Amino acid sequence: MAESHSPESLAEREYEYGFTTDVEQETLPPGLDESTVRFISAQKDEPEWLLEWRLKALRRFLELEERETEPTWAMVHYPKIDYQAISYWAAPKQQLVESLDDVDPELLSTYEKLGIPLEEQKRLAGVAVDAVFDSVSVGTTFKAELEKQGILFCSFSDAVQRWPDLIRQYLGSVVPYSDNFFACLNSAVFSDGSFAYIPKGVRCPMELSTYFRINAANTGQFERTLLVADEGAYVSYLEGCTAPMRDENQLHAAVVELVALDDAEIKYSTVQNWYPGDKDGKGGIYNFVTKRGACRGKRSKISWTQVETGSAITWKYPSCILQGDDSVGEFYSVALTANHQQADTGTKMIHLGKNTKSTILSKGISAGFGQNTYRGLVRVQPKAEGARNYSQCDSLLLGDRCGAHTFPYLEVKNSSATVEHEATTSKIGEDQLFYCRQRGISEEDAVSMIVNGFCKEVLRELPMEFAVEAQKLLGVSLEGAVG
Amino acid sequence: MSAAWLQELRREAAARFEELGYPTTRLEDWRYTNVGALAKTDWVSGEGRHDDVTPADLEHLTFPVFACSLFVFVNGHFAGDLSSPRALAGGVEVTTLSDALRDDPEGLRGRLGGLADSKRRAFAAQNLACFEDGAVVRIPAGVEIEQPIHLVFLSKPGAAPTDSHPRVLVVAESGSRATLIEDYVTFGEGEFFTNAVTEIFLEPNADLEHVRFQRESARGYHVSSLHVRQERDSRLAAHSISLGATLARNDVEATLVGEGAHADLYGLFLGTGRRLVDNHTTLDHAVPHTTSQELYKGILGGRSRGIFHGRVIVRPDAQKTDARQSSKNLLLSSGAEIDTKPQLEIHADDVKCSHGSTIGQLDEDALFYLRSRGIEEEQARALLTRAFASEVTDAIRSDVLRQRVQDQLLEILESE
Repeated sequence: MAESHSPESLAEREYEYGFTTDVEQETLPPGLDESTVRFISAQKDEPEWLLEWRLKALRRFLELEERETEPTWAMVHYPKIDYQAISYWAAPKQQLVESLDDVDPELLSTYEKLGIPLEEQKRLAGVAVDAVFDSVSVGTTFKAELEKQGILFCSFSDAVQRWPDLIRQYLGSVVPYSDNFFACLNSAVFSDGSFAYIPKGVRCPMELSTYFRINAANTGQFERTLLVADEGAYVSYLEGCTAPMRDENQLHAAVVELVALDDAEIKYSTVQNWYPGDKDGKGGIYNFVTKRGACRGKRSKISWTQVETGSAITWKYPSCILQGDDSVGEFYSVALTANHQQADTGTKMIHLGKNTKSTILSKGISAGFGQNTYRGLVRVQPKAEGARNYSQCDSLLLGDRCGAHTFPYLEVKNSSATVEHEATTSKIGEDQLFYCRQRGISEEDAVSMIVNGFCKEVLRELPMEFAVEAQKLLGVSLEGAVG
Repeated sequence: MSAAWLQELRREAAARFEELGYPTTRLEDWRYTNVGALAKTDWVSGEGRHDDVTPADLEHLTFPVFACSLFVFVNGHFAGDLSSPRALAGGVEVTTLSDALRDDPEGLRGRLGGLADSKRRAFAAQNLACFEDGAVVRIPAGVEIEQPIHLVFLSKPGAAPTDSHPRVLVVAESGSRATLIEDYVTFGEGEFFTNAVTEIFLEPNADLEHVRFQRESARGYHVSSLHVRQERDSRLAAHSISLGATLARNDVEATLVGEGAHADLYGLFLGTGRRLVDNHTTLDHAVPHTTSQELYKGILGGRSRGIFHGRVIVRPDAQKTDARQSSKNLLLSSGAEIDTKPQLEIHADDVKCSHGSTIGQLDEDALFYLRSRGIEEEQARALLTRAFASEVTDAIRSDVLRQRVQDQLLEILESE
């Protein structure tokens, strides 16, 4: 075995997306008070009710902060965050472009480096991209084409201007502003994000996609995504994230709300590759995200798929509220922690309606000093006759200094429910490795192959292009993981 | 006059309990179990008087026992006249805690209170501060006894709500083998609270079966904890059979500190009426090459509530750990509820750990099969439920005890 492939050398992997972009930025000085919120709201020319909503959230957040109720139950450790030291607004100077030709070429090249050239996207079939750079959405492709079908897809601030009634109806209806500490913060200072509305009976002809990138130093990114699928609609939504390498930790506190009405289906896929920090755990993104979908309608379905390879700390629990009878919730997750990364992630499936079904499939991979926790809740309420859940959580350990933890909560208040949970933890099979090596496959390729096999059930839930990217990411992240 | 160290220990525990107070649902370990009613009651320390209890009553309450040694405690006080401490083979010693503390207090130093963490656990602190009496069991090196040692803890509530804090300390010396039964029953009517703590030290290659059989009456609160420390190659089989009390909370904690140690944890809990049964287990694999296996089954009917929280910890460097945990639960009625939380915390890589948890109903096909053979629905349900439980009860070594557990279970199921 090559010595350079000791578990430690895993740390030497490079973060591919760690470049910074020199674009003139407009940045608000650090600090958080009413004037910050008013400034953000004014920048976006928001209606009064939205400003009020933000201010309510801010007051709640400041109150929670004063009472020191920042959540501490997750198995992650980080120094106390000074919320006054963060800048809550950073925007590229040139903004709100009508066509992609007007976008700063520097910016476009950033996206090219990320592998999502917007120009290309136009030609590539099928994906409409809304790219969010720090706080502002820089351009949405395919907007016109989608609108022909009645599909609304644009940046959040745009939507506030154009369809305020829809925003007012659904904003905060799944994740209220007071939901939790980080959701409060987001509700107060959210900068931009994506909005999509799929009208009745429309099957979105292409995959909608958002790319997030944090570029400016000392800024937080607080985007808000709202997707509404009206009766019988279908949409598949992709989300990808990167950030440059910086020594300081940066905060990312997003909120995603999904609403599915009768017979609607939303498929939400994430590949999260924020900067994870260096090999000693210095720097990296704190990814504290609230994602929740409401299956409001009968026979509606929400499916979350996530591949989490980045971030110094991940704290997220994409959840489904299964309100409509016969609604379905799914959660497929791969979380990888290497070096000093920490992830506490999982899902909540709240069964309220009759014959609701949920599936949870979680694969955790820990390497180096990584700490990987699955935390999930399956709750069957008294009226959820015939509810059904199946959960499986598997952990793979690479290296003797990492940790894998499983905290499933199953709460069943209806006797006709069937709930099953299974979890296993093991290291990579010596015999599997041996078999591959014996066939002339290098150690590294073999590990990558086995890990990909371990994650296959989840990866196959991803749309094609994303699946390829995710596989590549896992491979890169694991370089030299086994020696 | 008790030893200075003991006085100090009990004083500290009393202060600690004062500080901690009764746990609230804000604590993660108590999130499903509200002991508010227990905390609000003014408990009076139970008396050891038992003129009205005859040996026949006792036999009716427990079961006709083996030719083994029987030790009876009434409200935590030793009842010599009801006990039959037959001479035990091989020099096995069973003494009361008060005798042991009088005759050889130094022998208990470091052991008593050594495992049940009274700094962190309010009820353990309360027990340490308040215990009336209890049993000290010593199984000498190399001694194997077939007949179980039978400890009966009888709650005998008085006019006012009565509490008792029995305590058991077991030292199984190297190479010994024995079975210990702790039997919790009630005599008479009234409200009562039992807060029991058992500490077990398993020396190298010792093998101990421990059965806690709890079937107190419906007006009782039962809180018990079992703490075991296992040295090299020792084996533990701990059964927690919880059939009674309005609120029952059972903690089982095994720490495997010697290579080759193995622990089997079995649990069977039954919820009827509005009862609440809460089981917390912790298997702490502290060194390499240790194994554990855990099976807990819950049967919940009426408007009862069951809780299972099983923790498996694999410490850094505890390589080659093999831990399997399983929690299976039957919900028999629409008002019943179960909350399970199987939890793995793993800090080593070369391990095999798994857990599974299921919640469901009786198999309709099996029920139909029995019905088609002319078996009444009620009886068919009771049979299937008993079969569900037998996976746990079958692991009990003693035939008499296994039979008694199964009969009692069927009795309760059929009377529902």
